[in-house]
Amino acid sequence: MTVPALQLDGLRKSFGKTEIIRGIDLSISAGERHAVIGPNGAGKSTLFNLITGRFPQTSGTIRLHGHDLKGLAPFEINRMGLSRSFQITNIFPKMSVFENVRCSLLWSQGYKYSFWNMVSRSRELTEGAMEILDQINLTSRAELPAGVLSYAEQRALEIGITIAGGADVIMLDEPTAGMSHSETDYIVELIRKVTEDKTLVMVEHDMGVVFGLADRISVLVYGEIIATGRPEDVRGDPKVQEAYLGAALEAEH
Amino acid sequence: MTQTAQERAHVSAPASGITLSRLMPWIIAILFLLIMPILFGSNSAITIMNQMMITIVFALAYNMLLGQGGMLSFGHAVYMGVGGFMCMHIIRMVEKYGIPLPLPVLPLFGGLFGLGLAMIIGSFSTRKAGTVFAMISLGIGELIAACSVIIVVFFGGEEGISGDRTYGLPFFGIEFLQQKEVYYLLAFWTVLSTILMYLFSRTPVGRMANAVRDNPERAEFLGYSARWVRYFSFCASGFFAGIAGGMFAINYEILTGEQLSLIQSGAILLITFLGGVGLFFGPIIGAIVFTLLQTVLSLQTEIWQLYVGALFVAAVMFFPGGLAGVLMMHVPAIRLGKLHLLIVPYIRTLVPAVLCIIGVAVILEILFHVRHSAPGDNEMTLFWITFDSHNPVAWAIGAVLALGGFWLARMSAPDLRDAWHRANTLDGGAA
Amino acid sequence: MDLVVINLIDGLVTGLLLFLLSSGLTLIFSMMGVLNFAHASFYMLGAYFAYQISLYVGFWPGLIIAPVLVGVLGALVERYGLRRVHQYGHVPELIFTFGLALLIEEIVQFFWGKNIVPFEEPAALQFALFNIGGNAVPAYKVFMIFVAIAIFLGLLYVLTKTRVGMIIQAALSYPKTVEALGHNVPLIFMGVFGVGTALAGVAGVIAGPVLGTFPGMAFLLGSIVFVTIVIGGLGSLFGALVASLLIGWLTTFAATYNFEFASILTAFGMERPEDLSESYLRDLWVLTLPQIGPILPYLLMVLILVVRPYGLFGKRDA
Ligand SMILES: Nc1ncnc2c1ncn2[C@@H]1O[C@H](COP(=O)(O)OP(=O)(O)O)[C@@H](O)[C@H]1O
Ligand SMILES: [Mg+2]
Repeated sequence: MTVPALQLDGLRKSFGKTEIIRGIDLSISAGERHAVIGPNGAGKSTLFNLITGRFPQTSGTIRLHGHDLKGLAPFEINRMGLSRSFQITNIFPKMSVFENVRCSLLWSQGYKYSFWNMVSRSRELTEGAMEILDQINLTSRAELPAGVLSYAEQRALEIGITIAGGADVIMLDEPTAGMSHSETDYIVELIRKVTEDKTLVMVEHDMGVVFGLADRISVLVYGEIIATGRPEDVRGDPKVQEAYLGAALEAEH
Repeated sequence: MTQTAQERAHVSAPASGITLSRLMPWIIAILFLLIMPILFGSNSAITIMNQMMITIVFALAYNMLLGQGGMLSFGHAVYMGVGGFMCMHIIRMVEKYGIPLPLPVLPLFGGLFGLGLAMIIGSFSTRKAGTVFAMISLGIGELIAACSVIIVVFFGGEEGISGDRTYGLPFFGIEFLQQKEVYYLLAFWTVLSTILMYLFSRTPVGRMANAVRDNPERAEFLGYSARWVRYFSFCASGFFAGIAGGMFAINYEILTGEQLSLIQSGAILLITFLGGVGLFFGPIIGAIVFTLLQTVLSLQTEIWQLYVGALFVAAVMFFPGGLAGVLMMHVPAIRLGKLHLLIVPYIRTLVPAVLCIIGVAVILEILFHVRHSAPGDNEMTLFWITFDSHNPVAWAIGAVLALGGFWLARMSAPDLRDAWHRANTLDGGAA
Repeated sequence: MDLVVINLIDGLVTGLLLFLLSSGLTLIFSMMGVLNFAHASFYMLGAYFAYQISLYVGFWPGLIIAPVLVGVLGALVERYGLRRVHQYGHVPELIFTFGLALLIEEIVQFFWGKNIVPFEEPAALQFALFNIGGNAVPAYKVFMIFVAIAIFLGLLYVLTKTRVGMIIQAALSYPKTVEALGHNVPLIFMGVFGVGTALAGVAGVIAGPVLGTFPGMAFLLGSIVFVTIVIGGLGSLFGALVASLLIGWLTTFAATYNFEFASILTAFGMERPEDLSESYLRDLWVLTLPQIGPILPYLLMVLILVVRPYGLFGKRDA
């Protein structure tokens, strides 16, 4: 059997006395598109933060391609091929859009902490960055400071930065939050396009997006996964309907 | 798709080649440096220019931290100072043991020692940016400055360490007896350091330094440790500060503990900030303007530091981009070809504003004279006019200038704002 | 033994003085995230204001009026300076307060000159309160201790027992929530800044006669105060107290014990060279503890930072 891209065993996290993540076991195989859904405050972002090394877990293990991530810093985890976006846009506001993307290419193209290469003399860097900009439709904005982009454009840039480094496990935290319908459609297409052949883990509230994109879904409620499975199965699960989906589906109509 | 991306890469990505227009500012600057001593050959002029060049290198090094890396240091004089002290010791050793070392390479040693110290201190001080870094830099700076009176072997105690640069191996027959020869040596190191620092900002670490400054957390999710990026910037900055120290040792042939003090560290912060931290050339402007300002003001008035302090505080409050930032504010108007719209409103606002400042200065100068001159000494000279400091007319002139200038400047400020708006707006459209 | 007691008292005076400054600084820092570099400058202003007042009406009115003036000045600085710079971020804020420190020093020199001014203890306290083994303990020192402790008790009371104190405590940890509850957070900030600087002003009034009132007094003590709060852990009031007392005693004891480093060198079996001027260790041979006393706080800071980057009681993400 192949090693899963991401495997969580008995993962727990407490902030002070409150336990936010209360024992999560989850296995996501390589190439899978996995959606995590659940009500606000369920701990979805916290789960992302644990996996990506932003917070240390209280107990349990996280494995990326079979390697234990315990005690690793975010940059070390990123170098192992895991990249993430943030629920609250997290870009480099004073640098140009082009610069934002180019910086996210540096490590994966092997530049490390080099101070003897000129970034502008590398064709791969420039072309790679332009290609990403083309993918996220921001070519015309390349020279603007990222901070002046519109909200939707910043979200697109956020995704661009996340995928630029060529990580094979991509984690997106509510990529379509706060977007209009047309913007959502555009972002979904973008996600579909850029995560071809990659492992995708995403938090998403829009059920249309979830059922359209995901191979499998996990439902997180109060720090526990109450159901995992293919979209059809999860949709039919009475526990899920009771805890969450029913309300969400009702709200949609 | 890749095809179009590549095509566009050539259209709108920043051009990568070395073009003449990109080299132009550098060529002009170098020519300028070459002819300055011919235009202003007096010893005092050369002294000032030498000081300027040392300050330029130090300020640029400082801005590698502050502007590019977002690290505020209150103790950076230490790296320049230690580099300088080491160079001074080398000069003395050359003199004592006849080591065949040509003087021109000396700043390199200063740089290496600055780098060495930065590597040690940076290993723990760069763990955090912001306030913590600032406080540690202050503590380390004070520690080393205080050591200068304790470790007399190295720092020479109160008198400091002095030597004679002319004992070195003659460099193509030049012995650096004359100020002018020193000038060209310093000019060489200034140009070289400036180019290297500029290129550093274009390397992967240099780019990531900006990223870490803007958003250290995000940089970590791109594979870079914010702490190591800061460390590399810090070391590079220490290196160039050390070079400035070596230049200082060559020029002044003496270093004292004062060179390490908080006063020096604060001065370089002030110079860099006034010049502008947001742009590479900002500190250069700051170093030139500040050196001139200091030279002119300190000859004219005893309370020049009060004016500089007030200028600094005003700059932080109203012009956080410094002089370079103010200059760059005009780029859009120049691009639109509408700069001329601003000329008259500028004159009508700035002339009264300058009058107002002169009026305030007159009052301050008189007040200072009244408080601190010997009893009975009522005679003072201001702007080449000698008068009695207790004479109400003098006070009145100052007050009229200050209030009248202020009132006039206020009256014409709305016009200026209007003109500013028009100059930055496309004809028949929004900005 | 008697000397130890004397040193304990002297160290306590220094420590409490440091805490008068570091507590205000910490309060301001943990609330607004700004390290007020000019804090010690307000301490200096306290001393100079009290001196000016003492010329007309004597010492005692100055003890009240000077801190109030300093506090009002501090509040104005917060309202019209800091609040404006706040939008640019923390580093410009710190630069602003640094510039302010420079400016205040120049202003003080402008009015009172570069030399020390004759600001003295009130005549009523110029006597030895008691003797310990032949060493006189001046009444003024005891007075300083009482003033400092009285202020802390007052502060503690306000912070823990009054409504305003509750709001301040809440605003320390959750400024957004407190604002959402309808409290005027900018006003609270201005108030805290004013009170913090007023505390520094009190320190200035009572320290001015002992440590000297001169334009360099701000930077001299200021650096130590910053080191203190770094050692204690940025943002921790308790840490500030511990570090203040620690440094107070450390520097006092170091200043009185004439320990010679030569004895260490001898213990290692080294021999004092005949001609010291040739030896590279000559500084070590003549070094004494009082000489390095002033740099001990900095050494302590470096050591603590290497071991505990967040200071003794600092929170990790301060
Ligand atoms: N750094 C933190 N410290 C304390 N509590 C936190 C922290 N981060 C998140 N929480 C708490 O954890 C819970 C889950 O938050 P989050 O993971 O953001 O939920 P979701 O993303 O599912 O909406 C919330 O109750 C939140 O208050
Ligand atoms: Mg969330």
